[in-house]
Amino acid sequence: MSGVHVTTTINGDAVEFVCNADEPLLDVLRNRLGMTGAKEGCGTGDCGACSVTVNGRLVCSCLVLGAEVGGAKIETIEGMAKGDQLHPLQKNFIAHAALQCGICTPGFLIAAKVLLDKNPNPSEEEIRFGLAGNLCRCTGYDKIVRAVQATAKEMRGA
Amino acid sequence: MLAKEKGLAFVLAGGTDLLVKMKGGFLEPDLVVDIKRIKGVYDITKSATGFRIGAAVPGVQLGENAALVKAWPGVVEGANLIGSKQVQGRCTMIGNLCNGSPAADGVPALIAGNAKVVVSGPKGKRTIPVEQVPVSPGRTSLKKGEIIEAILLPKRPANSSDAYLRFIPRTEMDIAVVSAAVNLTLDGKGTIKDARVVLGAVAPTIIVVPAAAKALIGSKLDAAALEKLAAACSAACKPIDDKRGTIEFRTKVAGVLARRAAEIAYKRAGGK
Repeated sequence: MSGVHVTTTINGDAVEFVCNADEPLLDVLRNRLGMTGAKEGCGTGDCGACSVTVNGRLVCSCLVLGAEVGGAKIETIEGMAKGDQLHPLQKNFIAHAALQCGICTPGFLIAAKVLLDKNPNPSEEEIRFGLAGNLCRCTGYDKIVRAVQATAKEMRGA
Repeated sequence: MLAKEKGLAFVLAGGTDLLVKMKGGFLEPDLVVDIKRIKGVYDITKSATGFRIGAAVPGVQLGENAALVKAWPGVVEGANLIGSKQVQGRCTMIGNLCNGSPAADGVPALIAGNAKVVVSGPKGKRTIPVEQVPVSPGRTSLKKGEIIEAILLPKRPANSSDAYLRFIPRTEMDIAVVSAAVNLTLDGKGTIKDARVVLGAVAPTIIVVPAAAKALIGSKLDAAALEKLAAACSAACKPIDDKRGTIEFRTKVAGVLARRAAEIAYKRAGGK
């Protein structure tokens, strides 16, 4: 299979890569670009561990092809902290012990950021629905929900 | 390209069904055509005749369109029940339709709303009602080389609205065990002038239930009309029997959901 040449933007940086036509964006990020923050859990769009945004839309990068993202703007977990400065969500995930093994965490952070960008003051139910596409087998979700609630409060300046 | 391919050819829009099937080894296409660079596929346009929704419009974009949500709340709530927020970022209503599932959440409200699709192929374009697309589980009436380029929702008359409800054993991210869509038009006094009732997941395809609509027309959605509606819906069911819902359960719940959806649509249409 011949390679597809793709030019795109990831976390604000212009990026070029060559990938197979049927290669998921997740594999491009991890194997070709060395961005291993997004994880492969299920590979079928159920677990959310590979969440990224493409043109502002939250997606599972396992269900996007690398060949589709030419000219797109992609945001991954690698772009969330600004240098040494963690995003409030990242700080609160640590403060609330909202992670154990950490495999699901990048996906949760990306999904939670999309949720808060759209809705700065979500109810617990809205948080749970907003994160329903992210599976965590360690925490039981409660601490994750609390970390998101704390971040929402902090970011609203309350 | 699709028409010329001798082997198995598929259209890639959201990919939330196609890529899963390819990865699972259930499908091995010879050709996959990404249609998302075609002009207009991401557009929701409102005109004098209604709304036109492009083939690549993802679920989340439907929910962001205030005019569409106001005119067709049932259509949007159905489409937005599909999968997770991640899936909503990609999944399209046309993909949901062409997947051909009798349990597709995005489809019953389209059929209840008399929506049509624009089919484009080697021989030109044709416009057909949405209910003529699925023919059996996983199969559509589309011919080789044809794709659906847009969904057309008609202009809303005054005092009309719709609603969609489904039953699932979980709270989210599941496939409908039974679903019901109801689209109503009232006169100025709250009497139902026109109705369309559609059920999902209770037959090999999504079904329109004319007897259920007849039970509503002429009423103000009183208890007797609701009773008749539920009975007509249950009578129309020919469901499968599995661990997610027995025949008896699906048949009963179809009536219950139709009744509740009718009550929501009635209220949205301005009835009291």
